[in-house]
Amino acid sequence: MTGVSPYMPGYFHSVRLTAHHCKGCVNCIKRCPTEAIRIRGGKAQITEARCIDCGECIRRCPNHAKTAYTDCLDDLARYKYNVALPAPSLYAQFPPHTPVNCITSALNKLGFDEVFEVAQGAEIVTLAIRDYLKRSDIKRPVISSACPAVVRLVQVKFPELIEHLLPIDAPVEVAARIVRTERSRELGIDPDEIGLWFITPCPAKMTAVRQPLGSEKSNITGAIAISKIYGELLKALPSSAEQCSGRRASWVGVGWAVAGGETTAAQIDHSLIVHEIHSVAEVLEQVALGKLKHIDYIEALACASGCIGGPLTVESRFVAEQWMKKRLKDMRSEDTAKGIVARQGYDEVAELGVNERRAIEPRPIMRLDDDIFKAMYKVEVMDKTLGKLPGLDCGSCGSPSCKALAEDIAQGTASETDCIFRLREKVRDLAQEMVDIAQKLPPSLGKDNSKTGREDDK
Amino acid sequence: MITLEMQLDGASFETAGEASSRVKKVLQQIGVPGDVTRRVAIAAYEAEMNVIIHARRGIMTALIYPDRTELTVADEGPGIADISLAMQEGYSTAPDSVREMGFGAGMGLPNMARCSDEFDIETVIGEGTKIRMTIYHEKRP
Ligand code: SF4
Ligand code: SF4
Repeated sequence: MTGVSPYMPGYFHSVRLTAHHCKGCVNCIKRCPTEAIRIRGGKAQITEARCIDCGECIRRCPNHAKTAYTDCLDDLARYKYNVALPAPSLYAQFPPHTPVNCITSALNKLGFDEVFEVAQGAEIVTLAIRDYLKRSDIKRPVISSACPAVVRLVQVKFPELIEHLLPIDAPVEVAARIVRTERSRELGIDPDEIGLWFITPCPAKMTAVRQPLGSEKSNITGAIAISKIYGELLKALPSSAEQCSGRRASWVGVGWAVAGGETTAAQIDHSLIVHEIHSVAEVLEQVALGKLKHIDYIEALACASGCIGGPLTVESRFVAEQWMKKRLKDMRSEDTAKGIVARQGYDEVAELGVNERRAIEPRPIMRLDDDIFKAMYKVEVMDKTLGKLPGLDCGSCGSPSCKALAEDIAQGTASETDCIFRLREKVRDLAQEMVDIAQKLPPSLGKDNSKTGREDDK
Repeated sequence: MITLEMQLDGASFETAGEASSRVKKVLQQIGVPGDVTRRVAIAAYEAEMNVIIHARRGIMTALIYPDRTELTVADEGPGIADISLAMQEGYSTAPDSVREMGFGAGMGLPNMARCSDEFDIETVIGEGTKIRMTIYHEKRP
């Protein structure tokens, strides 16, 4: 077997359950793209090996029982020098007339010594993608690896597509690497004394910090949810734009916040843009069947509309999208007027991961057993069981669908009577049997049933 | 051994990929390596598409053993007049309307042959075609 056993517990996950808020309703289990959730004992349970931290269940839970663990501003105290790395999607939480400078200086007021835009990392990755696509030895279509939830979806459900993943670090990793190297040199401090904090739209990125994809260790210290600091940011927003020092990212990098921004920036001709995790899975299924060979690049994002629709953002994605598009339009004309050009080279970044990047390992979750004979037996049990279930996919059994219950039964973690319809049938059969038994009288009681019966028939 | 049998209907493009996805899912469940699963899925998909594009109806049978998968696709269709021509990449008899949709690029048979370890085709003009493919789960023998 290749890769890590899916039965191995102990992955870090940002998405968690607050048990006392969970009512055991079935909203989350039905929408989880990897069928990672079951209701057991009246509470939701997440199977760690399956969860890709997409945050879909956070969106679905009406009781807010699903939450994302992220770091908080208090954690800054542990470091000498703190840098905020705002995701471009942070800007989309504010109307377009709020300049980026205002947002970054508000971040400064919250306690960061410096703000370094992740959009700058995105500019570099944009260039690297263009170069990568010029190579002739790569598997096409190339699948973007910027969204960690998509990368994990590939790991667990489409392990055969791992070689299609873009082997370049995500923008935030690139940005973090630049700041850590440059600041420790310029300020003469130990790299470990610099705190690099990603201001994140999603739990997937938080998980990627603790459990890096493709690199040995993340350069990011932690991640703080946009929604966690939004209120304080609003209060700290200066009324007029204060001068911000340092390089400001151009529209090329900022545009990555919205679905389509990555491919627009990289100017890829034959590209396909797909967002929302279930739609992403559909497209990946097509790639796995050998279709879509004419496509060079797939920009795939777990959230509808892209990162501006992240589960840890605050603004409606429709509003955020409109704001972001207006902001980008303004930035484009402003950049032209001021002569600001997007980055043209990335020589100063020693390594983007193309060559030295650790391979992303498959983590297949579909297999039913490590032993192929046992697995085949379980497939048969599943098939037989499925035939007996009503096919309503109601979720009352605590499994997301009849198929999933059949799988759970084959795995021995559920039983047929967990299905309320099967249970009802069993109860009915039992009741029938009781009636039948009750009608049988001992011969000593003397009444001749059979005779009466025959006479009634006439 | 696990047996899967699936009906295929000519011209039902909306169901395209369902049969191959089912085979693929079972292979994933029993833990066949990803690259092998992918070859089976592509071979099955191409065969499935062939029936949908060219034939009236057909049946796909997948016999899944621990060490190999045997796919048989038998259709009631026009048959193939010149097999060696059909095995050439880019050769297609699919109507233009179908090809414009991105189907029937003339890669079907060559693709199936490339994906499978054993490939066999029987055809009778006016009656139908039967394709048999075996893919071994371990390294090619
Ligand atoms: S975060 Fe996504 S994968 Fe994980 S349990 Fe929730 S919906 Fe499922
Ligand atoms: S689309 Fe963006 S916000 Fe959503 S999970 Fe992926 S990286 Fe996070």
